[in-house]
Amino acid sequence: MIYAEILAGGKGTRMGNIDMPKQYLPLKNKPILIHTVEKFMLNDRFDKIIIVSPKQWMNHTKDILNKFIGHDNRLVVVEGGENRNESIMSGIRYIENEIGLNDDDIIVTHDSVRPFLTHRIIEENIDNALKFGAVDTVIEAIDTIIQSNDGEMVHDIPVRSTMYQGQTPQSFNIKKLKELYYALTDEQKEILTDACKIFVLHGEQVKIVKGELFNIKITTPYDLKIANALLEERTTE
Amino acid sequence: MINQIYRLVSPRQFEVAYQDCSVHSDDVVVRPTHLSICAADQRYYTGSRDKEVLAKKLPMALIHEAVGKVMRDPKGEWAVGTPVVMIPNTPVETDDIIAENYLRSSKFRSSGYDGFMQDYVFLKRDRVVPLFPGINLNVAAFIELISVSMHAISRFEKTAHSRRQTFGIWGDGNLGFITSLILKKKYQNSRIIVFGKTPYKLDYFSFADDVYLIDQIPSTLRIDHAFECAGGIGSQYAIDQAIDHIHPEGTIGLLGVSENPVEINTRMVLEKGLTLIGSSRSGRVDFVNTVQFLEEHPDVLEYLEVLVGSVLTVRTIQDIINAFEQDLTTSWGKTVMQWEI
Repeated sequence: MIYAEILAGGKGTRMGNIDMPKQYLPLKNKPILIHTVEKFMLNDRFDKIIIVSPKQWMNHTKDILNKFIGHDNRLVVVEGGENRNESIMSGIRYIENEIGLNDDDIIVTHDSVRPFLTHRIIEENIDNALKFGAVDTVIEAIDTIIQSNDGEMVHDIPVRSTMYQGQTPQSFNIKKLKELYYALTDEQKEILTDACKIFVLHGEQVKIVKGELFNIKITTPYDLKIANALLEERTTE
Repeated sequence: MINQIYRLVSPRQFEVAYQDCSVHSDDVVVRPTHLSICAADQRYYTGSRDKEVLAKKLPMALIHEAVGKVMRDPKGEWAVGTPVVMIPNTPVETDDIIAENYLRSSKFRSSGYDGFMQDYVFLKRDRVVPLFPGINLNVAAFIELISVSMHAISRFEKTAHSRRQTFGIWGDGNLGFITSLILKKKYQNSRIIVFGKTPYKLDYFSFADDVYLIDQIPSTLRIDHAFECAGGIGSQYAIDQAIDHIHPEGTIGLLGVSENPVEINTRMVLEKGLTLIGSSRSGRVDFVNTVQFLEEHPDVLEYLEVLVGSVLTVRTIQDIINAFEQDLTTSWGKTVMQWEI
């Protein structure tokens, strides 16, 4: 089975004074989350599309899905965890409890606030997750990356040609992801901000899929402005 | 949903545009899979159209010959994954007399209206025609072009007199190949004579009864009816020769597009009482007839495979450019893009 998991667990702390989590903010009169879910719905390879929502926003998530999409058997809303990886695991627990887990099942996890992804990115994630067991979507770094351990002084400047910026989707063989995640120490889990790192920490290979510059993550008012501007372009009649 | 549209913004330059599309409208949503490049697309790509035309029509997604698979059908008539051919002509009204492709109000994709170079294409449900299982999708990609020939032949059949023993087809390119092939299949006892200017291209017309280089046509040769599939500057010479070699009261189907006005020997048109039928593009009925014709005649599909010049996988905008550039250097056949972007 092939699953999609849309991570809508963020509470929007970076979006200035706006109280509503960013995934629910409108982009062209439709919540960002809905744009993202619709793109996944147009891919027939997914058996289920799991949307992970903060507990207090579960009703809201279900309401807007009903309003903008209507009933669809493939959509399910589950409660998120404390952090990104715990949220991913919430979705996986749902699969285990409600459907059952097979050895070759994969999951394509994606930020709900990246509505600009393309058919190709999703397809290549699925194909490579089936083949390699773990996939990260990245673009080549444009700016030079600086490493600073204290935020004051530069400690390293890695060679730019070997630097990439991570996007999503990130896709995994579910059993392998689960096995590796639960093998981590609490300390290791604490510093994890990225699901692919679960594989890297264990020395497992992660296949790269090329993202797109425009596959932006809408996390700040600036990003939202850019996203709206992109959609304002002239359209032919 | 945010849809990506790959538009030509100026000659040889494509950019992505983003459009909010509703998945929950009455439209059928199709994922394009095989796109075929047409000479009309190349005129935009290379910037050989008038400056005013380019300024008015760009930015615009190119390609009006394409097949894809249904990803959503609001009525549930077609299963997800059903292969379909997409119809570029998009009428906004109906008329009892005038066909949809001649209504001045109709929109046509990749001519002032976004073509099929998109992540997903949203179409009214009468703008898709399902394909039959087993069809070669690289050939199906240019069904639109085949339907243009089918359309011209059906117009001819409504008008032309019934003596149809000899047909002359001018043009040794894709349209000439397709038109003469369909005529040969429809009129198996008729003589199909193809006139071209390139010997190696004429070699492909193995099904034709005769082929002639245009400067070596016997003066005594006569035909009942003619089809002009040359286009460009060749149109005028082709029409001239057709008028010379056609029997009185014959019909000449005109299919070739020319950027310049073409002089026609009207004295001989009058003297011979000829009928000239203009024909352009095609509509739904022609697509349906074409798909049915191809299903009934698998040998025609096999002949058409000869027209598949190159098949290129497209994953990036650079791949699109490479496909258009390669198509420019190809002298025979169609360039098909396997759309994996």
